[in-house]
Amino acid sequence: MPELDPVDVLIIGSGASGAAVAWSLADTKMRILCLEQGDWQNSANYPSTGRDWEARQFADMATSPNRRQLWSDYPVNDDNSPIKVLNFNAVGGSTILYAAHYPRLHPSDFKVKSLDGVADDWPVDYHQLEPFFAENDRMTGVSGMTGDPAYPPQKTPPMEPLPMGRSGRMLGEAMNRLGWHWWPSDCAVTTREYEGRAPCINLGHCIAGCAQGAKASTDITYWPAAIRAGVELRTRSRVREITVDPATGMANGVIYYDKDGIEQFQPAHVVVVAANGIGTARLLLNSKSERFPNGLANSSDQVGRNLMFHPYASIWGYFHEETDGNRGPPLSLWSHEFYETDKSRGFVRGYSWQFGRGVGVILEAQQSMALGRLPWGAEHHATYRKLHNHRMNIAAICEDLPEPHNRVTLDPVLKDAHGIPAPKIDYTLSENSNRMLDHAIARATEALREAGAWDIGVERPILNGGWHLLGTARMGDDPTRSVVNGWGRTHDVKNLFIVDGSIFTTSGGVNPTSTIQALALYIADQMKQRLATLFD
Amino acid sequence: MSNTLANPPPSWGDPNLSDQEKRTLAAMCARMIPASDEYKVPGADDPLIQADIAKSLGRDATAVHEALALLDRLAGGDFAALPVAKQDEACATLRAEGGMNLTLTTRIVLQCYYRDDRVMISLGMEPRPPFPKGHVLPQGDWSLLDPVRARGKIWRDA
Repeated sequence: MPELDPVDVLIIGSGASGAAVAWSLADTKMRILCLEQGDWQNSANYPSTGRDWEARQFADMATSPNRRQLWSDYPVNDDNSPIKVLNFNAVGGSTILYAAHYPRLHPSDFKVKSLDGVADDWPVDYHQLEPFFAENDRMTGVSGMTGDPAYPPQKTPPMEPLPMGRSGRMLGEAMNRLGWHWWPSDCAVTTREYEGRAPCINLGHCIAGCAQGAKASTDITYWPAAIRAGVELRTRSRVREITVDPATGMANGVIYYDKDGIEQFQPAHVVVVAANGIGTARLLLNSKSERFPNGLANSSDQVGRNLMFHPYASIWGYFHEETDGNRGPPLSLWSHEFYETDKSRGFVRGYSWQFGRGVGVILEAQQSMALGRLPWGAEHHATYRKLHNHRMNIAAICEDLPEPHNRVTLDPVLKDAHGIPAPKIDYTLSENSNRMLDHAIARATEALREAGAWDIGVERPILNGGWHLLGTARMGDDPTRSVVNGWGRTHDVKNLFIVDGSIFTTSGGVNPTSTIQALALYIADQMKQRLATLFD
Repeated sequence: MSNTLANPPPSWGDPNLSDQEKRTLAAMCARMIPASDEYKVPGADDPLIQADIAKSLGRDATAVHEALALLDRLAGGDFAALPVAKQDEACATLRAEGGMNLTLTTRIVLQCYYRDDRVMISLGMEPRPPFPKGHVLPQGDWSLLDPVRARGKIWRDA
């Protein structure tokens, strides 16, 4: 096998966290290389540029890699999970294929053991991360509104919020009548010209890539800056395993398959893993050696365990008044009314709501027919016209507490196109999660009825709802119960770092991308501060 | 439509429908979404829509073949040849027994029907992709948040 020139820092994965770390470390002037299994995306080919924009969410831009089956994807055996794994493999990773809803975790999320006696406290807290949240907001280009009473007052989104729209007004008025919190979401979507990006023009299909470039994905935020600063990004490069020097126990590089499918060894002095809560666990478990027979950095047996998804419930209502449908970013308002623990509710921790404006013309027909709401035959047209652009949605994102039996292992049979063992998921919903879902559905139904809904639909948990892949290489001070320390270095291998959502100690009850990226910037900053003693 | 592939992988199933399958599909679609003079829309059995469906089987080709085969079996061999009342009976059974294959088949029918220009115009929509024109939304009156502000902090000290 040829040996390539060594690099100082090798980053595996170019998504939310890998891009942030690459950009932050670039000012060290070290030689930094990122290996990405996918390729660059061309925004001119994003679905919203074509008439088949809705159809493609079930095809090449499907959120499930098992459905998508692109060359850049690897299969995931998630048969034994009520929530299926979603991701995207490209420069930008899953930020290409996300809704850009961009809340931060709350201060209480970092102290769940101290406050509520469950799970573990994080070894970092909100206030340590606050400067990195702010830096990430600036790099990403976040819209929103200062003054949200659900957060400490320092949070100041750099741009004004996305439009409230008809749907937002209807739900906001209802929330006011109920006396419940609601607020414009922090969204990674520009509302004016920002760092060379055009403002949002309400294409309405943020999830599957933004043709306007208003939605922040790291291929258009961090990566151009990182590459200008000298970072090398090598695409179509799938890492098979991280290798270890048997004498020192330190990581010394990776074996990967290049764009031509040829096996390569890339030496490196520091390895940073940023492959998400499934991909990172898979890679570590596939990196077995004499010194690490159970997988790399896995002396604690915690690699792959404590998988947290965020069980979602979708609750939607139909209204006589016309709603926004798909004519704007789908998510731009949130409620954190039920976020903090209130044990009288019958569960610990809590959930947030994200308000959905509506859905597209085809999705409305497909979902409503599948659920029996839209009939076959003569009544089809009249019924459809009562549904189309008359829907609003509340999605509840429930905090998922870590449980060791919810885990990623290696499938004994399933492999990717390069013959690398695929991840296998075993996951069950906890009783706490089920009680939380019950509560969220009841309260959301109340809110939608208050807003005038004449019919309600519910999906729990959302089957294709595994957007958030967290906890499988968790952060902690105790090397017997965690995989990385408080600044992202693995306890077992002193030149191996993990920076993606797998290091979350607990999940919080919000979309995690903002926190993943703030944490990655924090870890990069810690590395820079400790360069002289990084391996001590 | 660009979501079709010229050479889909064999694991997705035969991307082409036989003549018999086309007849069955068109007849089924006519029972699912009939034409309407009132709304000025074609039925899902319209030739243009059928042509769009036929080239859009993609990842669900096997499911479509199996759903249509089941429908013909339920019809005693040739669904399209049945009188309408008997077709409706077979469709009712198909909807009870068709499972995921029918769900996926229906999804393709609806995706092609509801992107047809005539249907979109009937719904008051412009038959165009979202980009580059986008949409206009009311910005709204953010003073609606005054009661939320007045209530004060709800985050928990930690």
